[in-house]
Amino acid sequence: MNKNHRVPSNRTLSAVEVKSKFGAEFRRFSLDRSKPGRFDEFYGLLQHVHRIPNVDLLVGYADVHGDLLPINNDDNYHKAISVASPLLRLFLQRKEEADYSAFGTDSLTRPKKTVLAAVLLRPDANRKKPPVIISLPRDFRPVSSIIDVDILPETHRRVRLYKHGQEKPLGFYIRDGSSVRVTPQGLEKVPGIFISRMVPGGLAESTGLLAVNDEVLEVNGIEVQGKSLDQVTDMMIANSHNLIVTVKPANQRNNIVRSGGGGAASGSSGRSSDSGASFYGYSSSGTAVATTPAHIIQNYHPEEVESDEDDEDLVIEAGGEAVPIPRAASASCSMPALPRYEPHLNLRTAANGALAASNSASSLSALSPTGRGLEGRSQEEDGTVITL
Amino acid sequence: MKRFRRHGQESHRDRIKQELYQFNKTVEHGFPHQPSALGFSPSLQLLAIGTRSGAIKLYGAPGVEFMGLHDENAAVTQIHFLPHLVELVTLLDDNSLHMWTLKAHKGVSELLEIGRFTLTGPPGAPPSVTRVTAVLAHSSGELLLLGTEGGHVFVVEVPGFRELEERNISLEIVTHSIPEEYGGRRSLEHVESLQENPANPQQVLIGYGRGLMVIWDLDCQSAVKHILATQPLESVWWTEDGLRVLSSHSDGSYCRWSVAGLDTQSEQEKSEVPYGHFPCKAISKVIQLPTKQGPPFLLFSGGMPRASYGDRHCITVIHSKTHVALDFTSRIIDFFVIRDGPDQAGEPSALVVLVEEELVVIDLQTEGWPVIQTPYLVPLHCSAITCSHHVSAIPLKLWERVLSAGALQNTHYSKKPWPITGGLNLSPDPPQRDLLLTGHEDGTVRFWDASGVCLYPMYKLSTAGVFHTDADPNDNMNQCTEGEWPPFRKVGCFDPYSDDPRLGIQKIHLCKYSGYLTVAGTAGQILVLELNDESAEQAVEATVADLLQGQEGFRWKGHTRLEVREEPVLFPPGFQPFALVQCQPPAVVTALTLHSEWKLVAFGTSHGFGLYDYQQKNNVLVRCTLNPSDQLAMEGPLSRVKSIKKSLRQSFRRIRRSRVSLRKHHVNNAAKLQDANARLEAELAEMELAPVQRKIEARSSDDSFTGLVRTLYFADTFLSDSSHNTPSLWAGTNGGSVFAYQLRLPSVERRAEDLVTAHPAKEIQLMHRAPVVAILVMDGHGSPLPEPLEVAHDLARSPDMQGSHHLLVISEEQFKVFTLPKVSAKMKLKLTAIDGSRVRRVGVAWFGSSCSEDYGESGLTVLTNQGDLHVVSLPGVKMQVHHPCIRREDVSGIASCVFTKHGQGFYLISPSEFERFSLSARCVVEPRSLVEVPHQTPTSLSRAQPDGASEYRYEQPERASKNHLCNNMKTALTGGKALSNGGDFHICSVSIVKEECNDGE
Repeated sequence: MNKNHRVPSNRTLSAVEVKSKFGAEFRRFSLDRSKPGRFDEFYGLLQHVHRIPNVDLLVGYADVHGDLLPINNDDNYHKAISVASPLLRLFLQRKEEADYSAFGTDSLTRPKKTVLAAVLLRPDANRKKPPVIISLPRDFRPVSSIIDVDILPETHRRVRLYKHGQEKPLGFYIRDGSSVRVTPQGLEKVPGIFISRMVPGGLAESTGLLAVNDEVLEVNGIEVQGKSLDQVTDMMIANSHNLIVTVKPANQRNNIVRSGGGGAASGSSGRSSDSGASFYGYSSSGTAVATTPAHIIQNYHPEEVESDEDDEDLVIEAGGEAVPIPRAASASCSMPALPRYEPHLNLRTAANGALAASNSASSLSALSPTGRGLEGRSQEEDGTVITL
Repeated sequence: MKRFRRHGQESHRDRIKQELYQFNKTVEHGFPHQPSALGFSPSLQLLAIGTRSGAIKLYGAPGVEFMGLHDENAAVTQIHFLPHLVELVTLLDDNSLHMWTLKAHKGVSELLEIGRFTLTGPPGAPPSVTRVTAVLAHSSGELLLLGTEGGHVFVVEVPGFRELEERNISLEIVTHSIPEEYGGRRSLEHVESLQENPANPQQVLIGYGRGLMVIWDLDCQSAVKHILATQPLESVWWTEDGLRVLSSHSDGSYCRWSVAGLDTQSEQEKSEVPYGHFPCKAISKVIQLPTKQGPPFLLFSGGMPRASYGDRHCITVIHSKTHVALDFTSRIIDFFVIRDGPDQAGEPSALVVLVEEELVVIDLQTEGWPVIQTPYLVPLHCSAITCSHHVSAIPLKLWERVLSAGALQNTHYSKKPWPITGGLNLSPDPPQRDLLLTGHEDGTVRFWDASGVCLYPMYKLSTAGVFHTDADPNDNMNQCTEGEWPPFRKVGCFDPYSDDPRLGIQKIHLCKYSGYLTVAGTAGQILVLELNDESAEQAVEATVADLLQGQEGFRWKGHTRLEVREEPVLFPPGFQPFALVQCQPPAVVTALTLHSEWKLVAFGTSHGFGLYDYQQKNNVLVRCTLNPSDQLAMEGPLSRVKSIKKSLRQSFRRIRRSRVSLRKHHVNNAAKLQDANARLEAELAEMELAPVQRKIEARSSDDSFTGLVRTLYFADTFLSDSSHNTPSLWAGTNGGSVFAYQLRLPSVERRAEDLVTAHPAKEIQLMHRAPVVAILVMDGHGSPLPEPLEVAHDLARSPDMQGSHHLLVISEEQFKVFTLPKVSAKMKLKLTAIDGSRVRRVGVAWFGSSCSEDYGESGLTVLTNQGDLHVVSLPGVKMQVHHPCIRREDVSGIASCVFTKHGQGFYLISPSEFERFSLSARCVVEPRSLVEVPHQTPTSLSRAQPDGASEYRYEQPERASKNHLCNNMKTALTGGKALSNGGDFHICSVSIVKEECNDGE
């Protein structure tokens, strides 16, 4: 089985040159492009060539755009082979190291600088702060998204803003106004709520999904019709940790074209998979990853968003350390796998359940003195990347 | 199948809900805001008050109350009962007349509007021709005489409001009958007064504004006599024998005229300016009443010397040698005198005066004319209400002690019973004794009997005596000097001026079992008081609680601490202060609670909270909650002081503006209306230009006043381990933090010596950071922990200490249940995220089922900033019912709301009135009273048409029918229908009359 791969076939175009890096060691070999085989075979081959038969590995590769993408199933393995031209660069990590703190700090730091920096990091940010934690795609955090495109009228837009306890303000104002509705009696002026101002540098502005004079129709699924400005304000503030506003944009030109796969600027990612938790972005299937490689992957698990973040009230026991309040009923693993800050108490509530449990003590204490400024900074970075 | 079953359960639950909850606004307590008219029916013994907002309220014997509201938002200017009937007529500012009746329905009378009417003059006539200035309800009960601004008198048949054009008394006819030399061609001006001759119902006296009075005979349709007065007329009074007429004038004089002779012109018997020499103000009303032996009573309002006492509101009472000028606290609206005897023709017994801010009743038969304490219409606002506290089910012992302490304060009141006795109070005796405590701006706490329909004053506590204030307590009392002229006597208790705003009461907590009371005020003072039946002279020991605890960078720019009197102070029987805590900085106290079993008081301000042991008189704990970056809390209320100045200036401007517009309104000019409309439009356009914006931002720890302590709570619960319950103190702040302290209390024997200690046990920071408005611990059964001493007095089941306790934290945005002792979120109810309303007030209540005696549920009564009431179930925190209650613009109404423990509540609808509402189906306090038709009168019997009348029932005056009536604008009801109403009354009246006769024998 492995023999097949080991045969040097440089002279044929069907051969893929592979450069695999594990720790400080490199291995070079080649694969047949037409017959890549299955992922588990490939995995076994890697263990073999690196002579680490009993080490659990996390396999990543750099695609044409320099993004670090995972190889963990047949689909993305095949994709990786098919797009490699001519060199396929692999980065291997021990599974046990490949969790939050270790991932990206050690073995991947240098490759990231050289290979991934163009997209993932800006040079200046890179200089100032400790390496940003780059993890599996599902650990990326979106800051905003358009959702429910399939069930909304084309003139409306449902925007989700993810506050996530970051320092960046939501940054917009609303006002009373009147909008024109078509009724059986003809056009009728009805009172409505509108976005009146955007704070420069705020979350709302940076997403580009909301604009001044957009009419607010719903807040987290509740219609605002008939509610006063103060009520809508309070509703938005109460939902500020995970705000979903449905607006009728004042500018209707940039609307999502529903039929096209990638027509409009936002259209390429505007499809939602289902109404319940439909985030634009991609599922973890390798095909989707590969077709639009310029975008950052967001494998955002629905339950993570749905789980109420304000359940994470902070409790300090006498003399003890702060612990987030787990939901008594549900398992802790449903918590969002995101680092959170509690600036008031200057304590970090690592609510990422099992993942963070092993090493949170050291890594968190190392991170917390860096303060809010840095965190806010990194959010900003993410924000610009993920913005449509 | 499953779905089907659930549906069944839900409908079952719906039925239970209906049995538990029912929303009613039941009764208004206190004094009507801005009263504008007074009426009295001697036959019904009912008092009627109309207000500027168009409300009309009827009061009889204590507990007999009716209320009605005109659809028009116009001031009630006059109220006239139809003599010997249950109907009354109101005249509004918009010149409409309304007929109201008291209709018996299911054994309870209701006040209903049954007709409305607006005078229509001849076509093309100016509006002044039909603008009604004087109303006379003729004693026949069939006629209404309406004098107008144009000088005409229109005659209208009632209750149908049918104009009898042929009987109208036009100005022209009257002008012809008077001598030419009287003023020549000058106008007689408007009709100022219409009076019926008490001895001859066919004679009516018409008084014109210029001074002329004409006696008109309704039968002959001609003028019988005229009185030529030269001064502008203010009022007219026909003496009981019909032989004399009194007139009062705008120059401060009154005249007596004899009208006995046959001469067409009557001569002046007497003219007097009682407070003469210097120019006087008008005498607006004069009354003379005979007594069996001796001289008559003469009463008149106004007439004070303009320069020296022009600002006094006085009624002068002269009887024989006694002459008193009663000096009232606010403008006099109207007054009348109640007379003894079955026909109200006997001796004058009481003078009833309605002034702008209170109702004063003076006993005219007791030496010194003392005031009779009113059982209703009490001026709640005699000093502005700053907070209120309700205590349900007071033990009889405490009740009696408070009553007896109050009785000692009321010795100056007359012993005579309340003279207005109309109607029967049918409401059952209240099931329990409830106390409502109101804190006032002048540092007093008033105790009200809130058990029933009448909010009755029980006792007044003043805290000002503990402190040195700027004002000498004796400076404005009893300044009545001998030989002063006019002989003033101050009456009434309305006194809105506070000597020192720092004295204002902000929080009250009373333990009904031990009689311990704690009150806290504006300058950070917390007084602990104890009920003592004897007066005592004692010094109050002050302890300072430094809430800052060395917090740096603090600059308090607010008021200073109150200065405590060092020397012993004599306290009268009642609640006597024995301990005092003063917060430093002296910010207003925002949370207060007392645990009488542990003898601890917890208090909080915008800077922190503290725990005080009132047995050992020391601070157990002081905790600063201040966020150092919170500039507003650091500096105190200085900015607000500035804004008060500014707002004062603005409000003065507003008053001036509104006065101008009011005057304009009286001119009654269409052009002005246009002008106002244009202004309004311009204002709207301005609003379009600069719209109100609201910033959408998540709360952060840096927001202002996050450290303000909103709620404090004592609980005996499982704070740190699940096997041992311990006393604990819980505090919630504006920033969404909850602090829990474990308390260690020494054993009872060592309580006086060993120190109480408090250890921080837990802190919870709510993620959504909304202000914490209430904290509650529920026992193993899910019911709220009982109050201190409640179990000891066998009044509550002891809490279940076996099952696990739960903590309920109520923030402005959501209700959240946590487990104890390990705090983890169990369930929650979101409010703001769903409908945008925020919790303003919350109370724990027990709702009894209206169907089964022994079923009941605990629940939370919640008032939101939208003015909606909700009931939230316990322990499941599920929304049960929801009712809109207060207008959301009525911020002070929402802020004043207080809940009872049995699902009722109170809120201020004006500075002087509490509205009482009930959410409970079982516990409802509402007036139920019956007013019977007075027995007598051949006229009313003749009006009754028994045939088919009892079948005909009036429709409820619903909006639709009212609008319909309004459109018709003329007569609302035909005569036939109105008559059938009379028949209806006749039938229900007969049985009652019989009963009454039996009683009499």
